[in-house]
Amino acid sequence: MNVVAQPLAEPLVRPAPPAPYGMLAELTHRCPLQCPYCSNPVELDRRNVELDTETWLRVFEEAARLGVLQVHLSGGEPTARRDLEQMIRHCVEVGLYTNLITAGVGVTPERLQAISDAGIDHVQLSFQGASPEVTDKVSNFRGAHERKLAVAREVRRLGLPLTINSVVHRANIHQIPDFIELALSLDAKRIEIAHSQYYGWALRNRRALMPTREQVFWALDVVEEARVRLKGKLTIDAVVPDYYARYPKPCMNGWGRQSLNVTPSGKVLPCHAAETIPNLDFWNVREHSLSDVWLNSPAFNAFRGTDWMPELCRSCERKEIDWGGCRCQAMAIAGDAAATDPACHKSPLHAHMLALAEADAASGEVEYDYRRYSGPDRAN
Amino acid sequence: MNVTTALTVTGIPTLARGVRLRHDEARGQWVLLAPERVLNPDPVAVEILKKVDGVRSIDTIVDELASTFIVERERVATDVDAFLAGLVEKGMIEVKPATIGDAAS
Repeated sequence: MNVVAQPLAEPLVRPAPPAPYGMLAELTHRCPLQCPYCSNPVELDRRNVELDTETWLRVFEEAARLGVLQVHLSGGEPTARRDLEQMIRHCVEVGLYTNLITAGVGVTPERLQAISDAGIDHVQLSFQGASPEVTDKVSNFRGAHERKLAVAREVRRLGLPLTINSVVHRANIHQIPDFIELALSLDAKRIEIAHSQYYGWALRNRRALMPTREQVFWALDVVEEARVRLKGKLTIDAVVPDYYARYPKPCMNGWGRQSLNVTPSGKVLPCHAAETIPNLDFWNVREHSLSDVWLNSPAFNAFRGTDWMPELCRSCERKEIDWGGCRCQAMAIAGDAAATDPACHKSPLHAHMLALAEADAASGEVEYDYRRYSGPDRAN
Repeated sequence: MNVTTALTVTGIPTLARGVRLRHDEARGQWVLLAPERVLNPDPVAVEILKKVDGVRSIDTIVDELASTFIVERERVATDVDAFLAGLVEKGMIEVKPATIGDAAS
């Protein structure tokens, strides 16, 4: 962008954005599972480009100073990092609420004990299905389900709060009641029922993942009924499906507004999928402090607030409710990251998006392009 | 919110594992942190929460608050009970009996 050509209406000094509440630390992209909707990018970071321990510890300290309250240690599979316990201890020391997001495969009771002793506050455990057949098929890992059950029991035996994470799509959406029962039987106090979001791997697998409109509306009803029935017993947080929606999701509650992501190699992103938007300049924690990235990086400022919005969004009464929806989805469907999210019924591409969903849902496709490293030297 | 079941006043409230009260320096406020939740307790709630230490009983907390803020004890008791009961329902606070074998229910 040519700075000289900026209109004079552009404020010379931008008001500092409020501090972020949450940080997702993707410690590694290595993972034993191969879920076809993985939120990691299609081009996965290899082990040799991962940040070292020292850099991560600095990043956590900078995050706490910047105002981050909760850190989510994720991946890939975060337990693939041998220095995980050291990182947890450090996060706790600097005052961060520390959350582990794990697939729970290959995590021994001894390891869980060490993670608990290090001071982890909360564990989120993924289940790809509510039954062994579905979990093993979706994750492409035989025996995954049984291992996850064992980890869930161990987490509760240690007295740690447990959340079950389930991503739903055509092959398991009918299991939502079973996922809820599973969470209850494992003494989890919380479950996330997240409809697959179609970027990266999931976009690539959309034909095999997309549920029908009937399935989606049935699922919404089931979740609403369970929420009322289990109030005080199980918290159900849902990530809504938007291909059949009327309004877009307030993605990340606004770009660069509440949270940030750090990738295994140190890039700082406003969301998981931000790298699918071409020509955004992402700064790296190897060269910049986290606070510098949050305040000044061009990628974070690109879609912050409402100034970037097209007229259709800027004149909308929901502009500070939806925050313009999702920039990555605008990129994926409209081919323009600054367009109105096609999930919005006001978008000229809304009908097109719905047609894509309906066609994919009717495709009957059952083969997945599983998430894995590309090239001859696969790291997993 | 209408909470019908009063908590046992001799019980000792404690924050559940995975729930933390801390001062948020960046924003100059107290926050209650829980799984995927950041709650902003009001000043009264903060005073109550600061006394939830796994040692003080509900009775003790009420006594201390009533004398510190010179408020009618009965009113403090009602407020504390309602506030804590709400967090018990959310699973954020657990109330342990004062002594083992305490039959109060």
